[in-house]
Amino acid sequence: MTEALATPVDYAYLVTGILFIVGLRYLSSPKTARLGNRISALGMLIAVVATLTQGIVNWYVIGAALVVGALVGIISAQRVKMTAMPQMVAIFNGAGGGAAALVAAGELLKVYNAGNIPTYDISFTSVLSAVIGAISFAGSIIAYLKLQELMTGRPITYPGQQIVNAVIALVILVAWGFVVANYDAGIAGGVLTWFWIALAASFALGILFVLPIGGADMPVVISLLNSFTGLAAASTGFVLSNNVLIISGALVGASGTLLTVLMGKAMNRSVTNVLFGAFGSAPAAAAAGGKKQQTVRSVSADDVAAMVAYANQVIVVPGYGMAVAQAQHSIRELADQLEKRGIEVKYAIHPVAGRMPGHMNVLLAEANVPYTSLYDMDEINPEFDRTDVALVVGANDVTNPAAREDKTSPIYGMPILNVDKAMNVVVLKRSMNSGFAGIDNPLFDDPKTVMLFGDAKKSIDGVVAGVKAL
Amino acid sequence: MSAHLLTEITIFILAVFVGIEVISKVPTTLHTPLMSATNAIHGIVVVGAILVAGTADAPLGAIVGFILVVLASLNVFGGYTVTERMLQMFRPKAPAAKPQDGGAK
Repeated sequence: MTEALATPVDYAYLVTGILFIVGLRYLSSPKTARLGNRISALGMLIAVVATLTQGIVNWYVIGAALVVGALVGIISAQRVKMTAMPQMVAIFNGAGGGAAALVAAGELLKVYNAGNIPTYDISFTSVLSAVIGAISFAGSIIAYLKLQELMTGRPITYPGQQIVNAVIALVILVAWGFVVANYDAGIAGGVLTWFWIALAASFALGILFVLPIGGADMPVVISLLNSFTGLAAASTGFVLSNNVLIISGALVGASGTLLTVLMGKAMNRSVTNVLFGAFGSAPAAAAAGGKKQQTVRSVSADDVAAMVAYANQVIVVPGYGMAVAQAQHSIRELADQLEKRGIEVKYAIHPVAGRMPGHMNVLLAEANVPYTSLYDMDEINPEFDRTDVALVVGANDVTNPAAREDKTSPIYGMPILNVDKAMNVVVLKRSMNSGFAGIDNPLFDDPKTVMLFGDAKKSIDGVVAGVKAL
Repeated sequence: MSAHLLTEITIFILAVFVGIEVISKVPTTLHTPLMSATNAIHGIVVVGAILVAGTADAPLGAIVGFILVVLASLNVFGGYTVTERMLQMFRPKAPAAKPQDGGAK
């Protein structure tokens, strides 16, 4: 066999691969990150233009689809609120996964329609793309519905859940085997029917595997689905013998996996435990039985204003409650007021605060908080002993000292922010409901803790007014 | 497995290592933009979408092709736009001009 010469399109794809890697490299600093994103976008443009020179016959279909996709994508990306970012990422992720599954389906159809039998390589990898892509697509939709609160954020469990999942997985494997062996087993429609069965079963599995995962575990799920879509894209690269798809998919797969592991570590739980543990359902049931009464001190916004206004250092600990209440702008205003009085204000960010990796950082950035004031858990934890007031805004489990001290607690061993080491702790909460996991937080009845109940944004606005009045 | 596929798997594995190397240098503060940026990058599947849809047989193939390219381009355009929007918010210490301060007092 003589080797074909590389075409200009191949060179263009190589350039794209390099630009993607360089673009990601520039994400290592907030200063160069925007440039990185643009370099990556340039790479994408080059790949798309190069592809359009490849004997396209359905110009109108492609053109119309690109325009529709671009308009919907750009408009929704421009309009989405920063607090709704996890949902948006889930949607785009699902779109990519669905596209990867359909690319594989389309390519396989083409081979069969031409009256050929696909090679083992093609049939194996196209089912692989379809399976991962469909799981990612369906899983992302469920994640979106949960994050958008169109369905309950609590884990949905039923008896025999793992068995049902295992049976579906088995169906996928069998169908996969038949496609690769090109054996129709007498089914109507031939081998392709097995392909559709594998696709449909993967779709079902995608739905079922996200259903039992609770809202607070979403950072893990979003990262994992991101990784899946990357792997699905890489797999379509194998189907189409396209290197740029393979390289890009591998980069995304690596990134998603890395973040998934990181999030799991931040919760001291293995990824399998997050996926199959249905965290939150069991402890919630237990708590309902023998919940001990907590005694807490409730204070007014003016009391809190007096506390923070005479402090030397205040650490703000944001959580998902801040996102729900859209309190980030009010927090920034409070910080401005305090800094005017010469008080140091820092922000402590737990890796799994919010619903996706780095969720809090983006919200605070939106409110013009300089990223230099945001601190990771390891950086900020030694600072709490030197801090007059820790202001916990809508965070709960990530501040729970039981994770450090109580061996019987379900979250024992999870690294937490040591807010209880601060001289005073102010907890902003909507009500006395326990956190997502249904676990009592001994921080709340610590003698140095006071509670400010109500919507976080209104509470902070009240504190700002109080500080101004002093 | 063909030699060709093995070569491709080699490329894949090397790219995974490059990915881990590059991405482990991204600071936690940028993890959301990182997710969104890699999200946009897996929109590269638009290349596959165009290749498959561009030569699909009408009419069923054209309809599936249309949906396919819409999904993929939604991923690309949405992903890059949202990443850009996020990144322009990240600022270092105290910007010189604070426009919203005037009214706040």
